[in-house]
Amino acid sequence: MLNIKELLDEVKASPYREILIVAPHTGVVEFAGLKQGDKVHGLEGEYKERPGTLLATLTRERNRKSITAPEKGVVESIRSELEGKFVEAGEPLVTLKHYMTRKEVIELILQEALHLFRAPERAKYYFVPEVDQKLKVSGKRSVKVHEGMEFLIVSRMKRETPLAYSGPDGIIYSVYFGRGDNVDEGEPLIGVCPEDQLTVIQDVVARIQSEWEEEA
Amino acid sequence: MDAEKRIQGLKDRLTYIRDIFASKEGDNVRLLATKLDDLLNRENKISGSVLSEELDRLEDLFAFSERKLDSILSPMDRVRIVRHPQRICLKDILENVYDNYIEIGGRGEFNIDPAMLIARAYFSRRVGGKVINQMVMVIGQEKGHGEAFRNGGSVKPWGNAKALHYMKVAEIESIPVHTFIFTPGAYPVEDWPGAAQQIARNLYEMAALKVPVISVFSEGGSGGAEAIGLADRRIMLSHGYYSVISPEGAAAIEGGLRGGARATPELIEKCATQLCITAEDNLKNGYIDRVLQEPPLGARPNHYEFFRKLRRELIQATNEAVSEVKSMKLYRAMVIRASKTDDAESIFMRWSLSSSALDRLVELRQRKFRGMSHHARLDGTGVLKRIAVATKGAVWAIHSFFRYDLLGRQKKRLDAMFEDLGAEAHLIRHKLLLPLKRAVDRIIPGNNVDQIHKGEEVRNKLTRLSCPEDGACLVGSEWLWTSPRCQEDRTISCPNARIHQCPDLWAPDLFGDFAGVCPSCGHHFPMEYRWYLENVFAYQDSREFNRQIESINPLNYEQFDLKLDKTKEKTGLKSACITFETAMDGIETVVAVLCAPFRGGSVGAAEGEKFIRAAERAGRKRLPFIAYVHGTAGIRIQEGVNGVIQMPRCTIAVRRYIDAGGLYLVLYDTNSYAGPVASFLGCSPYQFAVQSSNIGFAGPGVITETTGMSIAPDYHRAYHALSRGHIHGIWDRREAKKNLHQSLLTMGGRNLYYR
Repeated sequence: MLNIKELLDEVKASPYREILIVAPHTGVVEFAGLKQGDKVHGLEGEYKERPGTLLATLTRERNRKSITAPEKGVVESIRSELEGKFVEAGEPLVTLKHYMTRKEVIELILQEALHLFRAPERAKYYFVPEVDQKLKVSGKRSVKVHEGMEFLIVSRMKRETPLAYSGPDGIIYSVYFGRGDNVDEGEPLIGVCPEDQLTVIQDVVARIQSEWEEEA
Repeated sequence: MDAEKRIQGLKDRLTYIRDIFASKEGDNVRLLATKLDDLLNRENKISGSVLSEELDRLEDLFAFSERKLDSILSPMDRVRIVRHPQRICLKDILENVYDNYIEIGGRGEFNIDPAMLIARAYFSRRVGGKVINQMVMVIGQEKGHGEAFRNGGSVKPWGNAKALHYMKVAEIESIPVHTFIFTPGAYPVEDWPGAAQQIARNLYEMAALKVPVISVFSEGGSGGAEAIGLADRRIMLSHGYYSVISPEGAAAIEGGLRGGARATPELIEKCATQLCITAEDNLKNGYIDRVLQEPPLGARPNHYEFFRKLRRELIQATNEAVSEVKSMKLYRAMVIRASKTDDAESIFMRWSLSSSALDRLVELRQRKFRGMSHHARLDGTGVLKRIAVATKGAVWAIHSFFRYDLLGRQKKRLDAMFEDLGAEAHLIRHKLLLPLKRAVDRIIPGNNVDQIHKGEEVRNKLTRLSCPEDGACLVGSEWLWTSPRCQEDRTISCPNARIHQCPDLWAPDLFGDFAGVCPSCGHHFPMEYRWYLENVFAYQDSREFNRQIESINPLNYEQFDLKLDKTKEKTGLKSACITFETAMDGIETVVAVLCAPFRGGSVGAAEGEKFIRAAERAGRKRLPFIAYVHGTAGIRIQEGVNGVIQMPRCTIAVRRYIDAGGLYLVLYDTNSYAGPVASFLGCSPYQFAVQSSNIGFAGPGVITETTGMSIAPDYHRAYHALSRGHIHGIWDRREAKKNLHQSLLTMGGRNLYYR
């Protein structure tokens, strides 16, 4: 059984992810003048069209390329001794510390704790009437699913076919689609958790929601 | 009660004056304000008759001050007048100028685009004891005194499509069209039918719309105005403006501002003055026919006398347009010509025209636009050369007429007959003689030894793998001209490297053999226009013409002379347009190129004229006409309306050419935006793009600024233009020549010399 408390403690002990920026290829490095502790941002804009903070430039064959931060974070260390030097591909240049956001932590924990049942094709999905009713009446944590149970209807181009559940037995913890929504292939439909872990997960998520400071 | 109303009226007038003069409150305004305040303070203490007298006096003072202020209006003040919510709008005109109207194509808010208003309206009047009703189709932008759903008169593409639809209805019903231009500009979205492409379509249709069209300009914002502004008579309201760009937009460009930063009011004011946007300026330049004087500080909905004037003006203008081409007019035409608009209502003239008169009407309209903007360019061609060119042109026209029309048609008929006969003969031979031959062959074998011999040779060639004795397969670059960038010893990364993992490219490879195309993802790096001239259009052996037509600075725009001289020196060109006659794989064509390095490939009076002359030349010589757009940023804003007017002018030229049976083909490269795409380029029935090019109406910055939407970075990509249906194909640069040749053979009208 998965120990969620342990997982959470682990995350709390180091609430960040280290991102190591390495030279993508050989070339002469010039750093962009950042210091340890400086904040950097990742791709920005509605379409992620604006690049992240410039970390360094790498020049090879008179082709100057910029290396930008992939995510938001803080500069942990810079190999400033490499300034103006020729480096091989794969040489670590900068280390960034990316503090995990609330969403990322919840996702991480749920990913470990839940089994995600994914959409086999792009279609609209409905629960079969019995399940649907049960969900409506007693809430989603009330439905148990087991291997081979036909619990969804796939509606596509006016054809409706039943869909059977496959995966470990458990309770529907969360539903990721809305009524009448088109769900793309591979998107999660429901998250299932083992029955005995339900309370633990709920507790942990609630705690993260209220306690985690790093928002987005 | 009456006094209260009058006081309220005065208060409104004061607020209006303050709005118009914005920050620069002068002595006049202050005087009015104190006088009014003074009266308001004493209002309760004085008796009714005294108050009325005081009000009379104050109203006189207001009228006097308004007249005085009117004489010192700056162009930017006029812009504020036009944009003021109290400004007359189309609904007011429909109510007060016409005797009755029915809104069609949607009503009010329930409309495909409430910014474009269409109505069937009629004038009803008594002439010589008879009541006559005359129908017109009214088309125009509606600002609706600031109603939000009207979008400030900024028409979406489908609104312009609606306007075009009802113009065609008017054409079918043979009733004149009155268009009213109240727009700050078109709404720059690319969704079908596309801002640029729809304006181009409107211009193309209006260029030969067979009904009289009268347009009235109040707020003429560039492309949006042109969409319904190509008219036989163009009347402008004295306080309106007609411009290539909003003064704010010009100031943002002038000040080099980016990302929605605001220009200072002084700079905006200066740009407004420099762009020559007022009615007076436009009349002087010849882009409008008449100015209709408005009351001081602009017409507002309660100026009924002004509406009467507008009504007379509209009737007069329609009468004029009709009488010019009508065959049965006699004395009336003379009266109309001589008369002032005062007695326009007393003259009756039928507004429906015969088909020959309509042809004359269209011809006159086209000729009118052809004659415009002569002053805005420099033609350095000598007198003798001009005479020679004119003579040559006439000779070509006559030659083409004899060769292709008079004799050519007979020859075509004969050819068709022989073709039919040939086909008959072929069938007979196939059905009767071949079986006979086969029988003979069977009886006497060995008759076709030669053929077998040949067959073996071919088989040999096809089956042999290589021919080492021929030496290594080394050939030089296949391009006649390569970019100077291929001399650089450096590598370049492809912009798609992150998505497609393209390896770095060595410049000599990339700009030499690869012709600027990334071999990994197919991204086309921008190429010099020379590359296309030499490698696609065989410029070396071509005959360039009108090389002496030169761009100038017709509005004396500040510092523009210097910039223009610098550009001319740097590029060695006199304008952004190069026109020449060339042979592409044996097919003679006329080519017009818009070069991006010359002021961004922007189109001004010189470029427009060159383009028109090229189209005319192609028409005269029965040659296909190709427009290669190496890049264009739009209309050259520093030329003001001199630039905008090239939109209808060039579109008319293209329309004439296509109607005469030519083939007009457009090839877009790098970035093509705004005016030219929304007119003479976008109206082509055959439009193609080179890969990695961008096509659109307004750039991303302008779209975000005007619509508040942020658009995807690839919004203007050629592939999107293709899926929106604006272009018909995307070509690889290296295959442009082959594809053009193929198009020349398969597309186009009846009048090509090689057809």
